[in-house]
Amino acid sequence: MNHVTKVFSNGTLALSDMSLTVGEGEFISLLGPSGCGKSTALRIIAGLGEPSSGTIDWPSSKIDARGLPEGDIGFVFQEPTLMPWQTVFGNVYLPLRLQGVSKSAARPRVMAALTEVGLADFETAFPRELSGGMKMRVSIARALVTSPKLLLMDEPFAALDEITRQKLNDDVLRLWKTTGVTVIFVTHSVFESVYLSNRIVVMRARPGQVFTDMPIHTSSERDELYRASEEYRAACFEVSRALQDAIHVGGGAH
Amino acid sequence: MSVATEVAARDDGTDAQVEILRPRTSTNEKVLRIVIPVVVVLAVIALWQAIVYFNHIPKYILPGPADVALSLSTDWPILLPALWVTLTITFSALIVALIGGVVLAVVLVQSRWIELAVYPLTVILQVTPIVAIAPLLLIYTPNTQIALLICAFLVAFFPILSNMVAGLKSVDHNLLNLFDLYGASRWQQLIYLKLPAAQPYFMTGLKIGGGLSLIAAVVAEFAAGSSGAGSGLAFRLLEAQYRLNIPRLFAALLLLSLTGVAIFGITSLISWLALRRWHESAVRREN
Repeated sequence: MNHVTKVFSNGTLALSDMSLTVGEGEFISLLGPSGCGKSTALRIIAGLGEPSSGTIDWPSSKIDARGLPEGDIGFVFQEPTLMPWQTVFGNVYLPLRLQGVSKSAARPRVMAALTEVGLADFETAFPRELSGGMKMRVSIARALVTSPKLLLMDEPFAALDEITRQKLNDDVLRLWKTTGVTVIFVTHSVFESVYLSNRIVVMRARPGQVFTDMPIHTSSERDELYRASEEYRAACFEVSRALQDAIHVGGGAH
Repeated sequence: MSVATEVAARDDGTDAQVEILRPRTSTNEKVLRIVIPVVVVLAVIALWQAIVYFNHIPKYILPGPADVALSLSTDWPILLPALWVTLTITFSALIVALIGGVVLAVVLVQSRWIELAVYPLTVILQVTPIVAIAPLLLIYTPNTQIALLICAFLVAFFPILSNMVAGLKSVDHNLLNLFDLYGASRWQQLIYLKLPAAQPYFMTGLKIGGGLSLIAAVVAEFAAGSSGAGSGLAFRLLEAQYRLNIPRLFAALLLLSLTGVAIFGITSLISWLALRRWHESAVRREN
């Protein structure tokens, strides 16, 4: 996944001349104040909105009619966005079903995805029977079931409590390591972005643009110890300051 | 849990812990749910009989329940075919209205322009009183049965259509985005997303439409004035009135009420069966 370049601007100028190259296997966080267009950027990458100008280039040659690599993108929305009339299995099966995969052929893949998020025992449950964190896990399993190369996450854990959020952060890290998927993660939490990603793209608002692009290096595993380390604290401080600058620049321009 | 339940059953414990572990609907409550309505209905019937009996009211003014029951059994050969005719009209109209309402709703939501063009027509048809259309329909249709069917259809059709349109439009936008993301075709979007999402609305339309189609079948028959072998309960009701056969009038009325209750029961059951696993309206509150 090389050279995803996007140059873009539209009427309300949600994003202006934004360029970003994502390398294969990276875990990138898009961090910025609200209204900086991080979600807009993510949706455009996913093909859910047309850029007014500029292009998104994919390295892959097998691109479908909509200009997207087929089945190569998983998307996790802010809300779990599950179909309440379908069971957990039915919800995770959906992407495969839309691709015309039969239920019996899809079963092992759906169950594997559910096992990944620790919900194999809940395949017959309905969404309303699950907690907020479990619904989000189903949503993640659905995004992973097509074995995407690129996973887009739009502030997926913003509505969850801190404990559930930490747990899901660890799960996402584990999935990223085991599957080698490229992740673009939109968040407004400095701590979350530093904990998860190996590269943080700080955005500024009005117009939405890349403000700074900073790599996060770690010498240790990303776990509870890392969360308490000096290295983590220093990175958080640095990112926080960059974010403050981004907000300041945005505010000054307004 | 079972031990605690037994304890609760034995001494109806006031212990809060036991209270929580008790099944939500106790057997007592279940029995009472059936017993109370039955007792109330029986009491009303008894009161009715008593009023008629003690005031010596003649049965051509107000027959007692016993007279009505007698009439129901002696006039059964007349009432049964009439009931059958009314049921046939009601259910044919409902089925046609369901199919028509759902299909038209699906067509309407495909394009704003189609909706703009067609919706006013359906509103005009809906708001025009059915009694006023019935005489016209009699002129244009080959027989009374078809005129009655069209009347009942027109009345039942609109609530189903408008509920379906609302249901098809009320789909979660993020789910629509999700379907777009996976490149779902319009057809897949309809089958897997819009139609299932519209289910609760469809069920509301079904319940309203079911009740209305019976009412419309009766009203239309009053207006159209059918007669002879093919006449329904409404005609038998009028006929009984002209002949001052008031017990039979009550018997016909009773059959109509029971039909209405049955339609309500059946449509509610269908709705509950379809929604009980997932929709808030069919699920018990857990606090």
